[in-house]
Amino acid sequence: MNIVVCVKYVPDAQSDRTFNESDNTTDRVGVDGLLSELDEYAVEEALKLVEAGEGEVTVVTVGPDQAADALKKALQMGAHKAVHVKDDAIHGSDAVATSLVLAEAIKKTGTPDLVITGMASTDGTMSVVPAMLAERLGLPQVTFASELSVDGTTVTIRRDGDAASETIVATLPALVSVTDQINEPRYPSFKGIMAAKKKPVEEWALADLGIDASQVGLDAAWTKVESFTKRPPREQGQIVTDDGDGGTKLAEFLSAQKFI
Amino acid sequence: MAEVLVLVDHANGTVRKTTSELLTIARRLGEPSAVFVGSGFDAAKETLAKYGAEKVYRVENADVTDYLVAPQAELLAQLVEKTGAAAVLIPSNSAGKEIAARLAIKTDSGLITDAVDVQAGEGGGVSTTQSVFAGSYSVKSTITKGTPIVTVKPNSAAPEESAGAAADEAFEPTISEGAKGAKVTESKPKEATGRPELTEAAIVVSGGRGTGGDFSPVETFADSLGAAVGASRAAVDAGWYPHTSQVGQTGKQVSPQLYVACGISGAIQHRAGMQTSKTIIAINKDEEAPIFELVDFGVVGDLFTVLPQATAAVNASKG
Repeated sequence: MNIVVCVKYVPDAQSDRTFNESDNTTDRVGVDGLLSELDEYAVEEALKLVEAGEGEVTVVTVGPDQAADALKKALQMGAHKAVHVKDDAIHGSDAVATSLVLAEAIKKTGTPDLVITGMASTDGTMSVVPAMLAERLGLPQVTFASELSVDGTTVTIRRDGDAASETIVATLPALVSVTDQINEPRYPSFKGIMAAKKKPVEEWALADLGIDASQVGLDAAWTKVESFTKRPPREQGQIVTDDGDGGTKLAEFLSAQKFI
Repeated sequence: MAEVLVLVDHANGTVRKTTSELLTIARRLGEPSAVFVGSGFDAAKETLAKYGAEKVYRVENADVTDYLVAPQAELLAQLVEKTGAAAVLIPSNSAGKEIAARLAIKTDSGLITDAVDVQAGEGGGVSTTQSVFAGSYSVKSTITKGTPIVTVKPNSAAPEESAGAAADEAFEPTISEGAKGAKVTESKPKEATGRPELTEAAIVVSGGRGTGGDFSPVETFADSLGAAVGASRAAVDAGWYPHTSQVGQTGKQVSPQLYVACGISGAIQHRAGMQTSKTIIAINKDEEAPIFELVDFGVVGDLFTVLPQATAAVNASKG
């Protein structure tokens, strides 16, 4: 089975993430970036599926030059080939435009049996691109999978919701998003790192996908960031060391704050 | 005044608090029309009227209720077209966001997710506030295309009562075959804990690695305060507490009046889920734990002695 995994290059959550002053977009250049941690689970699940059977895993990303790092990591883990859609016109695209670019790129790779994504990016954290992609590709979507199995023409997942644990079945081809509960992503082996250097990475521009520049980017976004404000750092309050009355002091604080 | 569609979040007619919040917000933008999908409308009607729903579109079609999110996006798209709605408000849970995502593509409309505030924009439209990058920035946005679609987080507005007619109208959507590609075949209900829902609770008490797997002091303290119980990723990964209770980047984002972190060091991934809480308390043996940077009150100590003492004091205060 052939699987496409969509991955994203994101600013490292451990660094000081911020915005570009000039156009209110996420700063992706001034901070260290990496393959979104949540996408590693998607890559791992795809690799497990093809290793148990046959087929290829193609990783696709949309992003600036540095986003090649995210593809490299996925190839080192074992993905077979990669597609990098980059075009200056894409800068500032919202989820709607991103899903358009990803959908056209996935179509151009051929028709995969399965599209797998992470549950959300670690920067925008909207978790809407999977559903948008499914809508654009006309695929059923099964999201937030914490278990996944494929049987002939269907994919079955388990989703742990607040009220119930559900089993969901969809017909292939389908789109699945996976949670961080589904597996333990592998670390690239030395062999994997060496092999990745020889794996094909296609670079496509918007024109290769038949997308007009006016359909994407900041000006085409259907939402507009008007302003961003750094939240004032929380001021550290009172810290006490428990000398046998820590619990009592805690209760006194709750009482003073009218919680009890 | 233009209609504002509110997708009702309910379980067999028991309307969740988020819906009364959404109806309250909808009144800022136009005239609230609730969209009720599934059975149990009679039980829901009173609540919907109380918070200002003028109309209710009732959908009982099995094609919608048996399948996942795609049919709900189709029916909302049809309602947007029928009513010329000024905006669509949807609860910001995972299903809600997916419905909103598909609806945005279908209706060529801008989408904002996880809004913590929604107001009428200057000169019309909708203006939203979101909390981003682990709560370190607050972002104001406007929706510039189509029918604004906003998913709204719990606790984003205090529900205000305002009597509405809640005139109900059966709506029969046309559901395409393509929307029926994914179906729930089995559903095992979770055991009820009797505690409030994590994302809606006014008080959340969470346990982490420091519990060593014993959540009983955390739960007992939570119960004394009528609080929900959360867990850090470390506690969930260790199998000590269910993933649905995880607070953090890959779990629930909570914003209660009071958050109590017990034996949680406070990694960025955890902070992403709780640092917009109004008041934060932490108990940790390690005085260097980063969680203490955030707190309004902190106790450096062993949660196994501090929590029972605090629980006793809370219970005593109830007299």
